[in-house]
Amino acid sequence: MQGMSPIVKKVAQLVMGFIFVYGIYIITHGHLTPGGGFAGGAFLSGTFILLVLSFGSNVLNLRREEEEASEIEGLAIFTFLLLAVIGFLLGMRVFFGNFLPKGRIGELISAGVIPLYNIAVGVEVGAALLTIFLALVIYKEEISK
Amino acid sequence: MELTLSVLLLFMIIGAIYALFAEDLLSALISCGIVGYGLVICFLLLKAPDLAIVQIVVETLTLIIMVAVVLDSTRHDLREKVVIHEKGNSYINAKYVFNVLTVLVLALFFLFFFNQAIYKLEAFGEHTTRMATAYIEQGAEKTGSANLVTGIIFDFRGYDTLGEATILFTAVVGVLTILRLKGHK
Repeated sequence: MQGMSPIVKKVAQLVMGFIFVYGIYIITHGHLTPGGGFAGGAFLSGTFILLVLSFGSNVLNLRREEEEASEIEGLAIFTFLLLAVIGFLLGMRVFFGNFLPKGRIGELISAGVIPLYNIAVGVEVGAALLTIFLALVIYKEEISK
Repeated sequence: MELTLSVLLLFMIIGAIYALFAEDLLSALISCGIVGYGLVICFLLLKAPDLAIVQIVVETLTLIIMVAVVLDSTRHDLREKVVIHEKGNSYINAKYVFNVLTVLVLALFFLFFFNQAIYKLEAFGEHTTRMATAYIEQGAEKTGSANLVTGIIFDFRGYDTLGEATILFTAVVGVLTILRLKGHK
């Protein structure tokens, strides 16, 4: 896949970091403002998709990147399950128990485990979307060879 | 209503167990269909017509696709039989009449249950049910999350979120399996 024009490349360079940081903001403030893991994860994967689309498929080692993305995705969903089970083991007697102190409503560090769930789901969604995109790109490269 | 639900659940369990032990792939599929369509009626009896509609569509589509795959891959004898009987008009007519009658009976059956489900719903305009009121009034204190939506999807409905994440994971595994031309070295 070819890269795009220099204008697109420059704009992508300028904008990409902001999009990534905004995605992290959406994920970490998921329990305070609209958004959360699912929306923020889409932002994170969008950064990498923008990178590959604007700079062409030679900018990254796509195969290695895809493998790592799917590994990170598996680890993230495992963390999600682990968080759910920890609450069960610590004497809550329910799956998905909130075992951390809840804190004051409206502060960044509050709501117990919900921010941790948000981070796990955000990483999982971002890695999953990136893996699907990279698999499609690699498939197209192999077809056109 | 509990009696109807128990009978339905009993039928679904029997269908599921039969699907495990059926010798023919086609009959196993059809007994899986019993489970799916029984679930439609369960959703209707439990005041969830939206889920019932989704379940009907998904069940019908997957059943048709799976039956087509099974017929195409295993039941070669069936196709030859149809070709032989095409000469005689009476057999084909009886088959078509049977098909149309089955569709009509099934449609009337589901129409009856949908009609019952509609009468059980809240009146038009009364949008908050018992559960939703509890979420809105006590959600913030119980979860400690200022964003009520996040509080609900990660605390009260954690199983839903786990299911969504699992669906995404399965989708990725499926894409990687289908699109892989060369294996890993």
